[in-house]
Amino acid sequence: MIYRRRASPLHAARAAAASLYCIVLASVALSFEHPAILLALLATVIAAAAGAKVAGPVTRAIALGVPFALIIALVNALVVRDGLTVIARLGTVPVLGLLDITAEATAYGGVLALRALVVIGCFALHSAAVDPDDLLRAARRVSFRSALTAALATRLVPVLARDARRLHEAQRCLARPPASRATVVRAVAAGALDRAVDVAATLEVRGYGGAGRPARRRRPWSRHDLAFAASAAALAALGTAAWLGDWERFTAYPLLSAPLDGARLALAAALAVCALLPFADRWGIEP
Amino acid sequence: MSLVLDRFTYTYPETGRPALRDVSLRIAPGEFVVLAGGTGSGKSTLLRAAAGLVPHFHGGEAAGRVITGGLDTREHGPAEIAAVAGTLFQDPETQVVMGTVGAELAFPLENRGLSEAAVARGVEEAALALGIGQLLDRSTHELSGGELQRVALGAALAGRPRVVLLDEPTSQLDPVAGDELLGVLRRLNEEWGTAVVLAEHRLERCLSAADRVVAMRDGAVACDADPRAFLAWAHDHAPELQTPGARLFALAGLRPLPVSVKEARRALGRATSAPERTGAEPAREAARPARARARKPPGEPAVAVKSAWLELKDGPAILRGVSLELRPGERVALMGRNGAGKSTLLRMLAGLREPTRGRVRRAGRVALLMQHPGDYALHDRVADELPAAALEAAGLAGLASRHPRDLSGGERQRLALALVLDGERPATVCLDEPTRGMDRGHKDALAALLRRLAEDGTAVLVATHDAEFAAAFAERTVLLGAGRLVADAPTAEVLGGGWYFATQTARILGGGALLPEDGAALLAGADAPAVELTA
Repeated sequence: MIYRRRASPLHAARAAAASLYCIVLASVALSFEHPAILLALLATVIAAAAGAKVAGPVTRAIALGVPFALIIALVNALVVRDGLTVIARLGTVPVLGLLDITAEATAYGGVLALRALVVIGCFALHSAAVDPDDLLRAARRVSFRSALTAALATRLVPVLARDARRLHEAQRCLARPPASRATVVRAVAAGALDRAVDVAATLEVRGYGGAGRPARRRRPWSRHDLAFAASAAALAALGTAAWLGDWERFTAYPLLSAPLDGARLALAAALAVCALLPFADRWGIEP
Repeated sequence: MSLVLDRFTYTYPETGRPALRDVSLRIAPGEFVVLAGGTGSGKSTLLRAAAGLVPHFHGGEAAGRVITGGLDTREHGPAEIAAVAGTLFQDPETQVVMGTVGAELAFPLENRGLSEAAVARGVEEAALALGIGQLLDRSTHELSGGELQRVALGAALAGRPRVVLLDEPTSQLDPVAGDELLGVLRRLNEEWGTAVVLAEHRLERCLSAADRVVAMRDGAVACDADPRAFLAWAHDHAPELQTPGARLFALAGLRPLPVSVKEARRALGRATSAPERTGAEPAREAARPARARARKPPGEPAVAVKSAWLELKDGPAILRGVSLELRPGERVALMGRNGAGKSTLLRMLAGLREPTRGRVRRAGRVALLMQHPGDYALHDRVADELPAAALEAAGLAGLASRHPRDLSGGERQRLALALVLDGERPATVCLDEPTRGMDRGHKDALAALLRRLAEDGTAVLVATHDAEFAAAFAERTVLLGAGRLVADAPTAEVLGGGWYFATQTARILGGGALLPEDGAALLAGADAPAVELTA
């Protein structure tokens, strides 16, 4: 997934604020277990992606995460022995022993899967809508080399994807049967070293590691910077309060309890409103 | 001095032979120096030594001294030298490390710890100097090769270094962008006093801007002289380094050899570049190469595109109603600016892209050699790529045990070409920018190989920015502009009458001939002018 500046409030916000917003949204998802709230958060992430005009790549990332989420759900159902409501008795299975599938473990597996999807969505939103250069600049003041290394490592991914596409196309130009996918992947991986050396040489001649920390940039806080920072703060406050006060009232074991009443719906709505409100401000969003 | 090499010798790790041998060179502030020489002569290594990458980054063994912008490379690494020297390599794809153009230009300035205001000013000035102000907010992933090269040059120039080191910066640029880039370098050199050291194969592009030419051979300096003296030396000792204009004069027996088109025209008594159609016309017509008058070969097309469009979803139209036919045995050059749609058209012919409208008909296989020949060889040994007989035919039998990545550029291209030609005989062979970074010897060998293919009945289509190569190889030239076919005519007609898409000989003679040999015949047919130039 490649960052591209679009006309959206999230893109218009400074990287630090936009990044904080995405990370807090993911952290809030990790602090909740109630399926209704997680579903609301998943819908919120997709709506935020639509507001940032990156719904396509974000939903694709979420869709790609579904098999991973299903594996989490399945493993939880098979491995966890808690829960009182047995819905299937699979007998004795080698390695795993006596295997009783409970409704509680199955439901909690679903909760974990849902949570994983929300987190994947948040990081996809981060990749598509947070300017990596701006983020790198902010992070370099704290830890120059680590920030640069991390940013370049992530930058290498699209470069290698492009290499793989080129190699695949080149193989299609040959009269002989094209090389297997594994051969292409191996060649791309071997070429990655050359790529890394070339990029490293460029970094050297651009003065990387020369004078040290870049100077601080003094930019006035825009309305979008403030809006997303405030949204992140509100989400964090709401999440912390809900967690400390056990507002969601969700228990998975030994018996499943997930009340869906006005208070829970209000909490889900409050989280969604806090997260989506900054997208209502469309002033000054053009690149 | 901007750059001093004092008896510098360098050997890359795990190689027995020095890449640079006892090189001594002094380049003064404000000098514009062109590095000439064949592939593997040591030009790139010399630039890397000046940038401090040799030996700090590459390792190996070094002796002697290199002082760049007053910094001794034995005591200062490339990152420190970057403050006084801007460096640009050949491949722009690996030279852009940030996500947006603005961030890319700011990166070297930020690395020097400059204030926010100084960074902003440096970015603005570099963008204006390179004419890339409108790209500042664009993502670097979206840029064409030419745009990327200009951005990389902008990053090298941001902060106004004392010396600029450039390794074939125009090899991926179309003639217009190449001339623009050289114009920028000239302005930097003349107005800011920046020393420029430019390695280049196509000397005709840059010789007129140069104060000195340093010719490299086998890692040593073979000639260090002003452009006129260099041309005289090249005539006697390295004919492969002669510019087409100098070769034209040499073949016609004229002296002194001209450094620029303007000088050559003045010597021949032609004041303007407008083609003259009086006086020498019959002689010119007689000397016009036979291929210019060649008729379209008969038979069914090897490949044909009819009214082909290629439009991207939510994006622009790359090709707009292109119609083109290639007949068996035809040699065709495809030219046009960066982003004109040349590579896309080749992909469409080869079946890698389908037109969104229109159709493509193929009489047989279309083999395509794309811009990166290294993409075709995926195994660890050359011998694993092709049968021994095919390697023998490609002249690669002696390299069978080597890793494809360890081959030189020319060898890698021969291997890739052998791979795409292996198996079912193709009806059409397409090559995308095969001559970039190639010296004249390799270009001549490639042209000869393609001519042999065409003689065997294969239609050959080459997308290129190299007008000299197109003139030497193609009988017909197709010009693309913004996805449209703007010219499709004999090469003599297309390259003889253009401003940018023209050979140096055509510019000198006003379009009467494309190649020095033809031009010399033309001059011999006409009354040769009395040339008396002061050296």
